[in-house]
Formats: sequence, C-alpha cells, structure tokens
Amino acid sequence: MIEFTIISWIMALLVIGAAIYAIETKDLLSSAIAAGVASLVVSIMFLILQAPDVAITEASIGAGLTMAIFVYAIGKTGRWEK
Amino acid sequence: MMWPEYVTVAALISIGLYGVMAKKNLMKIFIAISLMETGVNLLLITIGYIPEGTAPIENGNFVKYVDPLPQALVLTAIVIGLSVTALALTLLIRYHSKTGTLEYRRGMKW
Amino acid sequence: MRKVAAIVIASAFFAILLISFYQIPQSGYSGSEYYYSNPITGSHANESVPSHYISGTKNETGAVNAVTAIVVEYRGFDTLGEVTVLFTAATGVAFLLHKGKGGKKRAEANLILREGSKLVLPFILLAGAYIFIHGHLTPGGGFPGGAVIASGFLLMMLSYPKFFMKEKPVSITESFAGITFAVIGLLGLLFASSFLENFLPLGNAGYLLSAGIIPVIYIAIGFKVGSELSSIADKLKEVQK
Repeated sequence: MIEFTIISWIMALLVIGAAIYAIETKDLLSSAIAAGVASLVVSIMFLILQAPDVAITEASIGAGLTMAIFVYAIGKTGRWEK
Repeated sequence: MMWPEYVTVAALISIGLYGVMAKKNLMKIFIAISLMETGVNLLLITIGYIPEGTAPIENGNFVKYVDPLPQALVLTAIVIGLSVTALALTLLIRYHSKTGTLEYRRGMKW
Repeated sequence: MRKVAAIVIASAFFAILLISFYQIPQSGYSGSEYYYSNPITGSHANESVPSHYISGTKNETGAVNAVTAIVVEYRGFDTLGEVTVLFTAATGVAFLLHKGKGGKKRAEANLILREGSKLVLPFILLAGAYIFIHGHLTPGGGFPGGAVIASGFLLMMLSYPKFFMKEKPVSITESFAGITFAVIGLLGLLFASSFLENFLPLGNAGYLLSAGIIPVIYIAIGFKVGSELSSIADKLKEVQK
C-alpha cells in the first residue's frame, strides 16, 4: 500500500529528528521531552505494524510515566548541562 | 523489505551509542540508554510482521495473522525498561546529593 | 578528540546494522502455511511455531486474543519473573529515598487544571479498569491497564501539590495482588497436573466469563502494576532535596 509507505517515512524522519535534538541540546528538560516525543511516534509505528497491545503499552508507559519521572529527577538536580 | 522501520531502528541505536560514548552528564547518558531500548523493541516487532496480515485477535473474517510471539516478548521488555530507568534515576539523585555535581568523568584527560 | 572518535564509531555501527538488516529472512504466508525465505539464496523453510499459537488459541485456552494467551497461558512463568523484577525495582526506589518535609512552597495550580482533573479522574480509572478486565477479548491486558491507573494518580499529584498516597493501603493492595498470583499457580499444581495450569472451566469464547484463569490473573496484575507505579512516582516527587 503506497500510502502506508509515505506515512512510515514521515514517522521515521520525525523520530530521527527528535532523537538528534534530544542528544545535542544543553537544556535537560527539552531533552527529556524530545525523548518522550520519540517514544510517542514509535508507538504510532507499532500501530501501523498491526500490534495494538504493544502500542497501548508503549504510549502509556514510554510517553507518559518515563517522561514524568525524568522531569521529577531533573527538578531535584540541575536543569542546565554545564 | 520494510526500509522505513529498519532505518529508524539503526538510527536510534547509533544515536544512543554516540550519546553514551561522548557525553559527560549522567542524565544525558540515561536518556540515550532509554532511546536505545525503544529502538530494540521496534526491531523485535518489525521482524514479526507478515505483509498484508492483521492483528492477532481472532474474529472469523481473516485468515492471515501477524506473528504473535514477538509482541508478547516486547510487552514484557517495555515494563522492565521502565523499572530499570526508575532505579537508575534514584541512584542518580543520591549521587547528586552526595557530591553536588552530575558529571562522572572529572579529572580525566581524554 | 572524543567526539570525533565517537562519531566515527557510531557511523560504522550504523552501516554494519544496515548491512545485517538486509539479510534478515522475510516471513510470508501462502497456502495456510507460514514460511520464511532467505533473500540471498532464495530457499524456503516452513515455520510451525506461529501456526501452532494462532490455531491453538481458541480451542486450548478459550481466549480470543492470541498475545494475551501467550503471556499468561503458554509462557506464564516469564510473567511471574517480570512481576518479580517490577517488585524489586519498586522496593529499591522506596528503600533508597527518604521522605522530605515538604521543602519550598509550591504555587497553586491553575483553576482549569484543578476543576478539570476532579471531573476527569473517575473516567480515567474506569478506562484503566476496563482495559485490564477485558484482557482476553480486546487488546490491552494487565500492564497497560495498571499504567493508565498510575497516570490517573499522577494527574492528581500534578494538580494538587498536597496530594500524597497513603502508605498502608497501597502496600496492602500490592501484597495481596502478588500473593493471589502465586496462590493461583499453586492451586493449579493441586487440582491439575502442573504449576500455572488452567483449571477453571473454559466456557464459550468471546464472553467475559471465559478462558479459565486468564481474567483472574490479569486483574491481579492490573492492581499490582498500578499500585507499584504510582508509589514510584510518589516517592520521586516527595524526596528531600
């Protein structure tokens, strides 16, 4: 199906862009949020690959709880990387 | 061959590996490890995909189902990744309250 | 110096991964048989593992969802190990962090957030409970259901800064859910032949009260995962600076 291929390439570009931004920036809060965005777009790719159980699990755990505990831990330590 | 997914997996693992090797801040290293775990989970599900198959829930209309075994393994792996991240961040908070900084390669020349 | 070496090594790893992904055997399905074919030599071989799981799910376990049947019935011992790993992580987090005395004064949240979260919280808990009760009929199961319940409590923690989870009910819930899982396995040893064997009646496929022990185990896992994840989030919020 040709439309699935185009959507998959757009998702791939979004994931790679979010991952590169998460590593290179000096603001730790933006880095954690970019990792959460990458997790969310990967969860949409799981749905295109016909796996609904794994999509629900990755969306609620990877994009919700992992990012929340990263933000709490950044609040206790510093926000800017020196 | 599903090239968009394979390129995404290779890019996620390589970017995570670069983050672990080149950065000094421990929080950035943990974010890179979490990205690598996401990439490996995506690889496991991409291997089990059968073209023009549907989700492995039986409803009587379809005959062609996707392989259900890798999905069961990835379901476990995602939860274990969250547990390891939570424990690692706890150790990081204790390290920061002991020494006051988050870098761990202080004093090394290279 | 380190950055250049890291970029070279990461690019070499990227190229090696792409070359090895080219040689992965492709799966296919033709004539009611699963096969995989090598893209380089072009040889076929028959796979029997996926067809055994898909054709045997409805008759042997009574569940409609094949992934759920694999996680609880065919490979149930791995799920017991994973519940142990989650329990160890929650215990480690609670052991290493000390509870603070509140710290600095936090600002009150926005009015829309406060009133909206009071309205939305019962529906979030209901959605989480629906996901783990209907684990054998619809996609989902115990683990995403528990995560949705923990997200509901996380919303309450964000809107009201004075909200905290009481220790006694959370630990009692978690312990009882874990004991239920192990006791059901031992009852399988008592009534049937092996540990974690399906000893309740199977019923009709597609109904809520079917598939033997699968709904009971998933309800126990849902409670356990929900209480553990919300206690992890609560401990990380309240730690002394």
